[in-house]
Amino acid sequence: MAKHHISMTLNGEPTEFLCSTRQTLLDVLRDELNLTGSKEGCASGDCGACSVMVDDRLVCSCLVLGAECDGKTVESIEGMADGENLHPLQQKFLEEAALQCGICTPGVLVAAKALLEKNNNPTETEVRYWLAGNLCRCTGYDKIVRAVMSTAADMRGDAK
Amino acid sequence: MESIQFRKPETVDEAVKLLQGADGDARILAGGTDLLVQLRAHMIDPGVIVDIKSIAETRELTKNDDGSYTIGAAVAGAEAHERDDITADWPGVIEAWDLIGSTQIQGRASLGGNLCNASPAGDSVPAMVAAGMTANIAGPDGRRTLPVEKITAGPGKTNLKKGEFIVSFNLPAKPSNGGDAYLRLIPRTEMDIAVVGCGAALTLDESGTVTSAKISLGAVAATVLVVEDAAKAIIGTKLEPEAMSALDAACQAACNPIDDKRGTVEYRTKVAGVLGRRVVSIAANRAGKN
Ligand SMILES: Cc1cc2nc3c(=O)[nH]c(=O)nc-3n(C[C@H](O)[C@H](O)[C@H](O)COP(=O)(O)OP(=O)(O)OC[C@H]3O[C@@H](n4cnc5c(N)ncnc54)[C@H](O)[C@@H]3O)c2cc1C
Repeated sequence: MAKHHISMTLNGEPTEFLCSTRQTLLDVLRDELNLTGSKEGCASGDCGACSVMVDDRLVCSCLVLGAECDGKTVESIEGMADGENLHPLQQKFLEEAALQCGICTPGVLVAAKALLEKNNNPTETEVRYWLAGNLCRCTGYDKIVRAVMSTAADMRGDAK
Repeated sequence: MESIQFRKPETVDEAVKLLQGADGDARILAGGTDLLVQLRAHMIDPGVIVDIKSIAETRELTKNDDGSYTIGAAVAGAEAHERDDITADWPGVIEAWDLIGSTQIQGRASLGGNLCNASPAGDSVPAMVAAGMTANIAGPDGRRTLPVEKITAGPGKTNLKKGEFIVSFNLPAKPSNGGDAYLRLIPRTEMDIAVVGCGAALTLDESGTVTSAKISLGAVAATVLVVEDAAKAIIGTKLEPEAMSALDAACQAACNPIDDKRGTVEYRTKVAGVLGRRVVSIAANRAGKN
């Protein structure tokens, strides 16, 4: 069967690609568009390593079909930094070493950014629940949660 | 292999025609959080996937003039959760829907998908049943409406006929002095499948006597259960200890669960009674507050 010709906005840029029905948005990002920042951990929506925004909603790109994305606005981890300038969350994750192997990090960052855009003053519990769908097998989560909380404080301009 | 068609109809009629005309398995796609997992695991092999999200009716959540709601079958949990009106009127329906998966899953998970996936443990289903929700079905013979509890036929099976799909749900206006609630038991605090789920909706009179009730159990039988004896046990009472014991016993008696790694038959049955008590207490508390 003919492939689907899809046009979407990806990280602010108009983007076109061809995909078969079975290809997920994650497959498209990694294999067709060579954006390998989004990771495939479980491919069943459990781990969150493939988290992206589709039309301003946080989703697992492994559970979205590429063919569904015609006309959609997609933001992946590659769109998070502004050129060489890291997003405050990225900067903080480096400073506070909120990662070890790094596989979960792109998904965690995309998810954390979505949280801070909705709620710039989350409680620790809110951060933990929001990120419950982002599995990390290295850090034990404490450093991740602390980095998100302290980025939120910086972004609000709270005094240290 | 590999020749699944993908269609994105913009009208209900077009969708019905696609579903009806398909040779082989035709699958509706709403949020895809069940469908894509099954596709990848080769549990299903559809000839065509019909994405219903371009049909406006499936994507709207409307509060009607009479206070009832029309909920598009493909509205995502996160969208409903952001709405103050429905969250205040039917907190039980919203808390059940909100329990489905993580933030990422919430960005996509729909009531239509949760119901039609027909897992006995679907979390939103007992809450929908307790609240008296009905499904608006479109098909080759036009439209029909069925109570939510009549949709599933068994694990993975629905009573929808070829060419039919759920367009939206009706959620009644919240009765005055009404309250609803949903609780599930899972071995973890997040991201797991219910061992037992229980939804309740009830109304009280000024004296605090229960005037009507509907109680529903999930994950303890092949399909969602409406436990009429549990409702009878509390109607006309002020939820005194004897009424609560009778309710507990009725919930347990209704169970016909499986044994699996999440819980034995005995455990599930006992928990059904406990959750029945707790859910009814929460619903009554909420009813008393308005
Ligand atoms: C990580 C993870 C965690 C999860 N956690 C939970 C949980 O805690 N509790 C829970 O209950 N579920 C859970 N689920 C399952 C799933 O997310 C829910 O069942 C969800 O509500 C499905 O909705 P959907 O819109 O994604 O459905 P889809 O995957 O789009 O559809 C599911 C099925 O229903 C059919 N269908 C969909 N819409 C319609 C319609 N309108 N008319 C007719 N048929 C239709 C589809 O063809 C398909 O067979 C989880 C899933 C994942 C991946």
